[in-house]
Amino acid sequence: MRSSVIIFPGSNCDRDMDVALKKYGFKNQMVWHNDQSIPKSDLIVLPGGFSYGDYLRCGSIASKSKIIKSVIDFANSGGLVLGICNGFQILTETGLLKGILQQNKFLNFICSNVFVKVKDKQNKYFKDLKKDVLELHIAHNEGNYFCSDDELKSLQDNNQIAVTYCGEDGTESETTNPNGAIKNIAGIFNNNKNVLGMMPHPERMIDKYLSGEDGSLFFKNILDNFK
Amino acid sequence: MEVTEAVAIDHGLKKEEFSKICELLKRTPNLTELAIFSAMWNEHCSYKSSRKHLKKMHTKGKQVIQGPGENAGVIDIGDDDAIVFKIESHNHPSFIEPYQGAATGVGGIMRDVFTMGARPIANLNSIHFGSPQHKKTRNLLRGVVKGIGGYGNCIGVPTIAGQTTFDESYNGNILVNAMTLGLVNKNKIFYSKAAGLDKPVIYVGSKTGRDGIHGASMASATFDDKIEEKKPTVQVGDPFTEKLLLEACLELMADNSIIAIQDMGAAGLTSSSVEMASKGNLGIELNLSKVPCREEKMTPYEIMLSESQERMLIVLEKGKEDHAKKIFDKWNLDFAVIGKTTNSKKIELIFDNKKVAEIPIDLLAENAPIYDRPWKKTKLPQKLKFDKDEFKFLKLSDCLKKILSNSNISDKKWIWDQYDHTVMGDTIQKPGGDAGVVRVHGTNKAVAASVDSSALYCFSHPLTGGKQIVCESYRNLISVGAKPIAITNCLNFGNPEKEKNMGEFVECVEGITEASKYLDFPVVSGNVSFYNETKDKGIKPTPTIGGVGLISDYQQMLTMDFKTEGNLVYVIGKTDGHLDQSIFARELLNEKKGPPPTVNLFNEKNIGGTLLDLSRKNLIVSCHDVSLGGILTAVSKMCIKGKKGIKINLLKGLTNKYEYFFGEDQARYIVEIPRVSLKKVIEILNKYSVHFDDLGIIDGNSIKYNDDINLPIEELADAHKYWLKKYMDN
Repeated sequence: MRSSVIIFPGSNCDRDMDVALKKYGFKNQMVWHNDQSIPKSDLIVLPGGFSYGDYLRCGSIASKSKIIKSVIDFANSGGLVLGICNGFQILTETGLLKGILQQNKFLNFICSNVFVKVKDKQNKYFKDLKKDVLELHIAHNEGNYFCSDDELKSLQDNNQIAVTYCGEDGTESETTNPNGAIKNIAGIFNNNKNVLGMMPHPERMIDKYLSGEDGSLFFKNILDNFK
Repeated sequence: MEVTEAVAIDHGLKKEEFSKICELLKRTPNLTELAIFSAMWNEHCSYKSSRKHLKKMHTKGKQVIQGPGENAGVIDIGDDDAIVFKIESHNHPSFIEPYQGAATGVGGIMRDVFTMGARPIANLNSIHFGSPQHKKTRNLLRGVVKGIGGYGNCIGVPTIAGQTTFDESYNGNILVNAMTLGLVNKNKIFYSKAAGLDKPVIYVGSKTGRDGIHGASMASATFDDKIEEKKPTVQVGDPFTEKLLLEACLELMADNSIIAIQDMGAAGLTSSSVEMASKGNLGIELNLSKVPCREEKMTPYEIMLSESQERMLIVLEKGKEDHAKKIFDKWNLDFAVIGKTTNSKKIELIFDNKKVAEIPIDLLAENAPIYDRPWKKTKLPQKLKFDKDEFKFLKLSDCLKKILSNSNISDKKWIWDQYDHTVMGDTIQKPGGDAGVVRVHGTNKAVAASVDSSALYCFSHPLTGGKQIVCESYRNLISVGAKPIAITNCLNFGNPEKEKNMGEFVECVEGITEASKYLDFPVVSGNVSFYNETKDKGIKPTPTIGGVGLISDYQQMLTMDFKTEGNLVYVIGKTDGHLDQSIFARELLNEKKGPPPTVNLFNEKNIGGTLLDLSRKNLIVSCHDVSLGGILTAVSKMCIKGKKGIKINLLKGLTNKYEYFFGEDQARYIVEIPRVSLKKVIEILNKYSVHFDDLGIIDGNSIKYNDDINLPIEELADAHKYWLKKYMDN
């Protein structure tokens, strides 16, 4: 499976994502934000970081960058586009995903392990995933997902909520919500579920010496579903 | 403006220093020249009070590639890998403007590291605030933590460890010390020594503004009531630009275009250009009209003194200008050829086609004043005779809870949760342990780092205190299974013009030197911060030691959390029960006098080496050094982290349980030993004649000792974990 990771000025999880993708057998290449086009790919990843310093609004300037048109075209033609953390913020700014990411409820940056519940498995990311709850890692200041009532309803009706913050046993509550996100939302899909944006970083959870290993399940599952 | 003695004094120069300048120049300097002298001759840049003593430091070792005197120190960790590291203070600006002060402190130290060609792989910090009751403390703490996080998180370098303390002596002068480690191929290290004539001098990075003018001289004076007026001297950081600068510099460093490179830190363009020329024994000519400026009508004076952040000065190979410019264009950074190296051995400044300054370089560097300041020895205080009858009224379990929730012992998770400590995907020991550990990317090796200081011990007896911190750093590295290699130090002191403060400095340095020599733990970089004094009240002497060690196989890393029920817990090293200067004496007896615990360097080295042997042979499964708060505090932390209890044995021949449990004797560790390994462990301990106590067994969910203690771990965890969060929420 061929993947491309886009590097924006200020991206800082691009290498980590490259390492993770290659570890599980993706043929990954790095693409510079000023490039005109993206090489042939089965998956495009927008990595975490502070694209363009996150000035103006997180992800806002990146959503107007040169490369982004190719990303949007790719998504609209059904290609898999994954945005992690800042990548999620960029995807909402492009309009590929609904809603916005506001500053965390308690106004602090949070770097911590979290549990997320996989809410939908009828998609190429989570289909046949063996676990329902994954332990992942968050590191963000603006991860407080918010959308209008109508948007929320349509997300719910179409099963577009991908993952929600929960406890180890899968219960969703205010105490397991680290950033104040509406309905504990940690990640969502677009209508066709080929575009996934989420705040947690699976690429930081790929061996037992790091914060944990559940990230490996996530990457392996994408590969398995591609075969 | 005519330059007079009064103008010179306004620039922070002393009367005698001004006369010396006129004498050396054989004329009166113009205003720009005076500014350059004031920037180079102030304490911050010239080390004029400290240099004499710093020379004595132990700076050499088998693994040292570069000692003090460069942007950072460099050590060899095998296989052509080298670690570049340094700690630096940003105390004065952080007190005036905590967010920007702390942020630019982090930015500055990272630049020092990547200037040498290394990619930063870990950040640490040591931060010290006034009493929690002081009205400024909460806001200063919040601002500093946000500033450190705001900068480091954006660059994408994990903050892996730190230290936070509170003491009323920092009420008017907080301390913010930031440390960075970088990884470099040892054959591709870049230095600041210029070489060759007529080589282009390149300015890259952000544009120059009026921020930070006089920053270095501000950091070389004490504070008074007008402190708020100094806000404009604090620089403003832009981590995004620094991230671009980092990537652009590393890209340019991939080939041989760079001859010398130096970041523009304190005293900006002045010190970077003078240092590069001075080290290369050359002259330098700069055309200031070519410096990219962000504000209009900036004068040569302002351009030379600006401390705008995220800028670098490079001496390039001739003909490489276009190649270099392409890289900086790609990263959207300013790039300008602003001058050249010359054989005049002078710094010559041109502005609007006129020569505006001309000073021989040696007057600024070698001829800068050096002072042998008078200093006073601190006598070792008399050991206290505690009235042990008084202890009887203290319940052990109450004492323990009180100590665990003490501001200086309690968990600092509220702080490090705000730092990205996992980015780069190699952090294998997060903050909250004895040391932070990151893997050397793509290898089996890992690097451990820790920051430590013991102001109370140093205040009581600087010589002992100086030795103690080096040992503490050594122990913290050993506790995670790392072989200690070298240290960097940040020497935070009061006013060197006072004999007492100067004495504290001299004796702390002496202590550091003695310990680092004995332990073969050399100092490879560092910085001095004097004048941490407000309205005549100085801080307690606070030398901070940043230690770095190597774990050759990261699977052998140790952590402090108790692992398995039924395993045995031993105290390694002898406990005499030294309570003077302990947290116990301070918190429960309100006793602040007495000497710090004695440091026995032989024991430190012998026991440390033995512990490393045990960990290399996989005979111990957890380890934690015993420091503030003594044995019971250390064991409690291991219980809380591992979510497991301990049954402590009734100890034979114990003179006094308070002394045993809370004494702060040095050279001690607590280890967890699986039963199958016990025989071998004891053999090795005996072989090296290391004292040990059979403390207890991991058992259940509470700490139990005789009839004195029966505390559920959860209750202890509550006492330990939430003090800071509650304090900040108030």
